[in-house]
Amino acid sequence: MAEAHPVGFQWVMEAKRRGAKVFHVDPRFTRTSAVADSYLPIRAGTDIALLGGVVRHILENELDFREYVLAYTNAATIVSDQFADTEDLDGLFSGYRPDTGSYDTSSWQYAGHEGHAEITGTGKERDSAAGLRHESHGMPVPAPAQRDETLQHPRCVYQILRRHFARYTPEMVERVCGIPQDKFLELADAWAANSGRERTGALVYSVGWTQHSVGVQYIRTGAIIQTLLGNMGRPGGGILALRGHASIQGSTDIPTLYNLLPGYLPMPHHADHETFDDWVDSIRHPGQKGFWGDSRAYAASLLKAYWGDAATPENDFCYDHLPRMTGDHGTYQQVLNMIDGKIRGYFLLGQNPAVGSAHGRAQRLGMANLDWLVVRDLFLIESATFWKNSPEVATGEIVPEQCRTEVFFLPAASHVEKEGTFTQTQRLLQWREKAVDPPGDARSELWFFYHLGRRLRERLAGSPHPRDRALLDLTWDYPTHGPHAEPSAEAVLREINGYEVATGRPLSAFTQARDDGSTAIGCWIYTGVYADGVNQAARRRSRHEQDWVAAQWGWAWPANRRTLYNRASADPQGRPWSERKKYVWWDPDAGEWTGYDVPDFEKTKPPTYRPPEGASGVAAIAGDDAFVMQGDGKAWLYAPSGVLDGPLPAHYEPAESPMRNPLYGQQANPTRKVYEHPVNSVNPSPPEAHSAVFPYVFTVSRLTEHHTAGGMSRTVRPLAELQPEMFVEVSPELAAEAGLTHLGWAHLVSGRAAIEAKVLVTDRLTPLRVDGRIIHQLWLPYHFGTEGLVTGDSANDLFGITLDPNVLIQESKVGTCDVRPGRRPTGPALLDLVADYRRRAGITPQRRVPIVTTDAAGGGDAAGSTDERSPQASADEHDGGGDA
Amino acid sequence: MGLRTFLAGWPVYRQLTGTDPLGRGAAAQSARSAALTARTETADSVARSVCPYCAVGCGQRVFVTDGRVTQIEGDPDSPISRGRLCPKGSASKSLVTSPLRQTTVRYRRPYATEWEDLDLDTALDMIADRILAAREDTWEDVDDAGRPLHRTLGISSLGGATLDNEENYLIKKLFTAMGALQIENQARI
Repeated sequence: MAEAHPVGFQWVMEAKRRGAKVFHVDPRFTRTSAVADSYLPIRAGTDIALLGGVVRHILENELDFREYVLAYTNAATIVSDQFADTEDLDGLFSGYRPDTGSYDTSSWQYAGHEGHAEITGTGKERDSAAGLRHESHGMPVPAPAQRDETLQHPRCVYQILRRHFARYTPEMVERVCGIPQDKFLELADAWAANSGRERTGALVYSVGWTQHSVGVQYIRTGAIIQTLLGNMGRPGGGILALRGHASIQGSTDIPTLYNLLPGYLPMPHHADHETFDDWVDSIRHPGQKGFWGDSRAYAASLLKAYWGDAATPENDFCYDHLPRMTGDHGTYQQVLNMIDGKIRGYFLLGQNPAVGSAHGRAQRLGMANLDWLVVRDLFLIESATFWKNSPEVATGEIVPEQCRTEVFFLPAASHVEKEGTFTQTQRLLQWREKAVDPPGDARSELWFFYHLGRRLRERLAGSPHPRDRALLDLTWDYPTHGPHAEPSAEAVLREINGYEVATGRPLSAFTQARDDGSTAIGCWIYTGVYADGVNQAARRRSRHEQDWVAAQWGWAWPANRRTLYNRASADPQGRPWSERKKYVWWDPDAGEWTGYDVPDFEKTKPPTYRPPEGASGVAAIAGDDAFVMQGDGKAWLYAPSGVLDGPLPAHYEPAESPMRNPLYGQQANPTRKVYEHPVNSVNPSPPEAHSAVFPYVFTVSRLTEHHTAGGMSRTVRPLAELQPEMFVEVSPELAAEAGLTHLGWAHLVSGRAAIEAKVLVTDRLTPLRVDGRIIHQLWLPYHFGTEGLVTGDSANDLFGITLDPNVLIQESKVGTCDVRPGRRPTGPALLDLVADYRRRAGITPQRRVPIVTTDAAGGGDAAGSTDERSPQASADEHDGGGDA
Repeated sequence: MGLRTFLAGWPVYRQLTGTDPLGRGAAAQSARSAALTARTETADSVARSVCPYCAVGCGQRVFVTDGRVTQIEGDPDSPISRGRLCPKGSASKSLVTSPLRQTTVRYRRPYATEWEDLDLDTALDMIADRILAAREDTWEDVDDAGRPLHRTLGISSLGGATLDNEENYLIKKLFTAMGALQIENQARI
């Protein structure tokens, strides 16, 4: 955190000054470790084993915040007797289907709800990254569920959790992660001791955590701990993601993503959402508890914002104008499709995949096989110049005279040359004022897309084709100003906020959304940002002039609420858990919820409220159901649906690992997304042969002085001077073993690429004793490329493409490699070197990566299987044929 | 000039009598540096902004003189950053004024070995032509069972996390209306 989010880290130091104990878990000793009370080096990719150890420690020693757990979680809920755990099935849960590499989740349901599983065969959900739409809400469960408030029932969640993590002992943590037992116990005890009525603890992660084939389950494990300890919805608690771009939260809320529409409404799927009613009911789940019960109004209001007068209740608000998903349309599938010649044109908008995405060679080969490419950026980044300056040009794989891609580079306006809002990592929108005009041809994206849309609509005017109706019906009449006709960002923000159609009056809360076409809302969770016609995101009351919650600085979604689920900061009767941790509470005299923050609860619903029989939606939320977006009003220690790789987290080895999984016969995530494509490969891991060809673990992260793919830092003189060169950090022990010299050159080889770097021999990296052997880890920054003031080989070139099944994020924080002294070969000799490694590792076109590595798959139909998943599972979906 | 003013002109006097016995601060200040004015004080205008790098969201104040950015500093009012900026945020003036910034359209023809110039207006027209052609060639109206698809898989887009909410909104709205489904950004990496 001190390295990548230094200014946020001031609050950690502030907490330390007030007595907090800071633990830092990282494969590498960093600036954060230097000021932490305790530093725990860890083997990359083993965090679930560590956190699972903490869960076990809490449960075995009964350190959970029992009143909170009973009132606000599903600990007491009884699970179906058909459920079988990874302890029973050697690393698989019940319902695994080897043919699709995914789970039928019906046996994971609460008791009596088995038939209600809306998902059978979750391969389709994986391809549409369906998990992402639960960013703001849980999956549904039909209420009510059976509970045992004594937590003694053998199939209650609490007891299932105990059995599931029983083998995650301090000894096992040491064996898997390489963390000494005394260090682990110090961490687990401190975490538990700093939680309860009087204290809260925060879990802060950076998004490298998500870049694993089990990334979502990392965060699930953290959520289990924080929920058991009563740290959710309370001041000083929570799980805080430190995201990496200025508005990456905003670009998820208002998604430039294939599987989502604004406000986490799903992009429709051709088979499941044929009609507007199919689509809406899949979101709101008729009969369901919670605020998603109103999603028909959110959906209708979005379509009304898009298609204006053309969108009427009679034509389902132009629902048929929306494009449909048929499978996996994610960025990695797209890149493989580019290589296969299926994609004509590609826009790059402030992103540099040639350096920043996994498997850089695949990225660049894809770009070299387009009809046209539009790059909008401040600088001539690697993704704009791949055709004349790239590793593939050096090896002869891309020859400019034979590369057909037509490239348009359009200069972009910087953050001071346009106005608009960023949403930072805690959901806070902050408006930026424009300082100066952009230089030359530089323009904002607002300008580019508004005028591009205008031209497209002019060209198509009078078109007889039904396919053009969606463009022609679009509301696209934003006011413009200035010599370049810049569209008004404030007018767009007003549309995002939403307005009453008849009067144009801005709405002030999403509860005003209607499903009859009388409201238009661009992103329902942002409703209120333009309440009363005032740009609330522009508020800048000084921190010196308001309390510590600082509610008058910017605007947070939803409803300017700074801490989600803050009803949980009070006990079931509505009283603060303690005076010290008082935040939101019930005022019986006034008959309303009050406190420092905007209550995350209906303002006048008393703690004693019990829903009437048959209630649904918001009315079904009881006065002590603190988790109001969840289908049962409870925080989920056990997730009966919505997480595709298991209702509980289990430790799997990374897709590339030098070790056999010490916990289960199942080596790696059995539902991970793999791509069998000639350009992609995975280095062998046990139990496959030849893993010793790539004996070392490598990981990558950021330097303080650079930013992501370097497009905004290697181009900036002071930053380039501070970190001028690509390097690799190795321990003195590894340097001796591999013959590396401090400040000399080394090259690293994977099955995809070989890259070179200067060697930094340092005890910031420690060889770890893991399962009776020594594991060496290397660390690299991933910022370097071939353009800019300082250049170097790209670390992300080493990675292959394997994805988490829930959100389709690639595993790019851990892989295996070899390291050798000296510079890498150049030209075609480089390809020969990688080919030689591939040959020795057995990576041939015929090889398929073994997915199931245990013979315990349920029903005996996978008995004895170290079978490979059929390549059909990943190869067919993008053809639009469906999801057999 | 009185004696005291005369003496105070000597650094050694200030060092011996003032608050700076080591002579590394106020005692060593020359008359020239005492007369300097920070360019933040003489700026024509100040824009309240937000750092463009990571997602912490540190407040920035952007100082402008004669239509040019002359300084970017942390906003001391911000409850998030309390006026601080990291090395990247502190370098953001160098980012926006970098001489490496590309300020004109560049165009690379198929099979060409060098860039060419291109007028912005022409570039926009050419891009519009190509979008319409790609849609025409790759449009999918219905699936095998006759259910609606209304899309093209011939067009892709990547990026958004460095952009404004308003920009992402228009990008998603326009691409969705043209049937382009394959829209992705940094949240997926």
